[in-house]
Amino acid sequence: MRKQIPIYFVLVSGIVMIIQYFVPSEESEWLFTYANDWVIVIGIYALPLGIYSLVKAEFKKLKNPGEAFYAGVLLFGYFIMVFTGLTRASREAASLHMVLFNNILIPIQATIFSLLAFYIASAAYRAFRARTILATILLLTAFIIMIRLIPLGPLSELNQWLVTKILTIPNMAAKRAITMGVGLGVIATCIKIILGIERTYLGHD
Amino acid sequence: MTTVELLWQTLAVLLTLCVFSFLIKDNPFYKFAERLVAGVAAGFWTMLVYHNLFRDKVLLTMQNGQWAYIIPILLGIGMWTRFSKKYSWISRFSIAFYIGISTGISVTVYMYTAIFKQISATIIPLNSITNILIIVGVLCALFYFFFSKAHTGAFGVVSRIGIYTLMIGFGAGFGLTVMGRIALLAQRVIFIRGYVLALIGAG
Amino acid sequence: MTFWEKLMNLDRRWIYLCIFIVVIIPAIISFKVPVSTTPEVKKVFNFIDEMQPGDHFYLGIDYDPSALAELDPMTYAILNQAFSKDLKVIIGCLSQFGVGMAELRLSEVAAIYGKESGIDYCFLGYRPYPAIVILTMGVDFRVTFPLDYYGVPLDSLEVMNGIRNLMDVKGVVDITAGNVADMWITYGNGRFGFPLAIGVTGVMSADYYQYLQSGQIFGLIPGIKGAAEYEILSGFETTGLQSIPYQTLAHAVILLFIIISNVGYFAARRKKGR
Repeated sequence: MRKQIPIYFVLVSGIVMIIQYFVPSEESEWLFTYANDWVIVIGIYALPLGIYSLVKAEFKKLKNPGEAFYAGVLLFGYFIMVFTGLTRASREAASLHMVLFNNILIPIQATIFSLLAFYIASAAYRAFRARTILATILLLTAFIIMIRLIPLGPLSELNQWLVTKILTIPNMAAKRAITMGVGLGVIATCIKIILGIERTYLGHD
Repeated sequence: MTTVELLWQTLAVLLTLCVFSFLIKDNPFYKFAERLVAGVAAGFWTMLVYHNLFRDKVLLTMQNGQWAYIIPILLGIGMWTRFSKKYSWISRFSIAFYIGISTGISVTVYMYTAIFKQISATIIPLNSITNILIIVGVLCALFYFFFSKAHTGAFGVVSRIGIYTLMIGFGAGFGLTVMGRIALLAQRVIFIRGYVLALIGAG
Repeated sequence: MTFWEKLMNLDRRWIYLCIFIVVIIPAIISFKVPVSTTPEVKKVFNFIDEMQPGDHFYLGIDYDPSALAELDPMTYAILNQAFSKDLKVIIGCLSQFGVGMAELRLSEVAAIYGKESGIDYCFLGYRPYPAIVILTMGVDFRVTFPLDYYGVPLDSLEVMNGIRNLMDVKGVVDITAGNVADMWITYGNGRFGFPLAIGVTGVMSADYYQYLQSGQIFGLIPGIKGAAEYEILSGFETTGLQSIPYQTLAHAVILLFIIISNVGYFAARRKKGR
């Protein structure tokens, strides 16, 4: 029963939501709205799980001399944000909570991702070789796209035209084919879940 | 810029440089910044969940007398049993609710967005080279993804055109990715430049 | 090891140093690079430009600090344009750290124009599960967001008078870095059919030209170049246009790297062939 009831519920609710799409009535809209809102409320309860896991793991690390300092740094950052964020006024831009967000989280997160610029330059040098025809096509296309930000005088207009044609014709065609394939895959997976063929979401006993 | 703002900016710049130091090699300054941001992010997230989600949504429904919401609240609390080996089966009901609703909705919207709209946008008049190239490109790329038949003969030629089309798409993606990555670095340099100018101005 | 083999096995820190030097140059020596505007960006600009004072539109600020370099300029330009035209803006966030950034950007730009929360704009805040939130906003904002981000009931806000759902606004402009753009297209425009434009990072932008062609989105702001184009069109310059000189030099160097490595590769291959 512990597995059967959830499977039957998924079957019934999945079919109901598919039928709901084709039924334009107030009751149908009410069902649609509140079913979705209930999902959001359930989802809100799932969010603290990750935070609980993280904080619990870091408290454990405090006992280990090799990891204690960095665990302490993490917990310090965590509790500073919690204590400065206790009041509703902390949601506003001028509060200490938001100042810490602006001067710690934003610069560090933005800089961590900015390291990718160096990595892509390194990858471009070491890995992007025209070994095969396919690799050559990929490289040539990337070349044309990249030189549009380099002023080339009279060639710039031609390059801009070429870039527009590449993006709106072959690139668009390729991505559309991928989208249709992915769309079919999503629909197939959803139907498998609704029919109970796919049950990995139930976890293990 | 006021002195207090300048001091906060100094902290931001120092943390930025701590992260950049990783390019030389992994070091305690980078590790410090990495752990600090993880803690600050988790703390911000905790208070966001508390204020905007629990207080302004969940508790409000109870305060407004919407007693039916006790069902999703109980299902939500059921999610927390995931950590217990003995009671984790309770969380299946919560997950089943979410999965059932979202998969039912997804079937119809994906059918419309990813299939119908894309097909109808590909069925275009053959009255220009652009249109012909679009139709040929989409069809050939779709043929390439059909792996139940060997890519030989005429089918092989069509799927070859398809893979060339896909490679052009991936090349375009790579070119734009380089632009995106450089933008991330450029913004950091502009930020540090702004700080240095403010410092000189203040000095 | 031959010269070419040595060149191809160069320590990556020399490459990092080259990039570092290249991005420092525009910081010291200012220069401008011409940027041409594209139709897909113009359509987004025209959509906001053609609205009348008092018209409502929804702006989604759905990105984290990791993408602020490319998307912040779009946010600033659109907010400046909207507030300068006395448009009413409803702002929502479907990304967890986007809400902090949205509050910082919104309060900064609103202060410039003397705009007030509840009268000129409504900041809804954040909810999880973007797809589900878009679906509920398409029916009724108040079901999922009974209060705004500051804890004020939506029913008491002057800006939300007569605005029940996404169908009551002129359109939606979503600025995002993750798969939220796909959700707006699939669940938003797919289910409700409202006019939708998106601003995305360069990495993602190639994927959305198909939706432009099919009419599922009416406009697209692709990455930092799109942001720079929007700044030119709107007249509100921030870091978008300022980033272009850095792009020019860095792209030139990376293209040089690709050329050198390929020349080296073919030279080494030819030598081995002998």
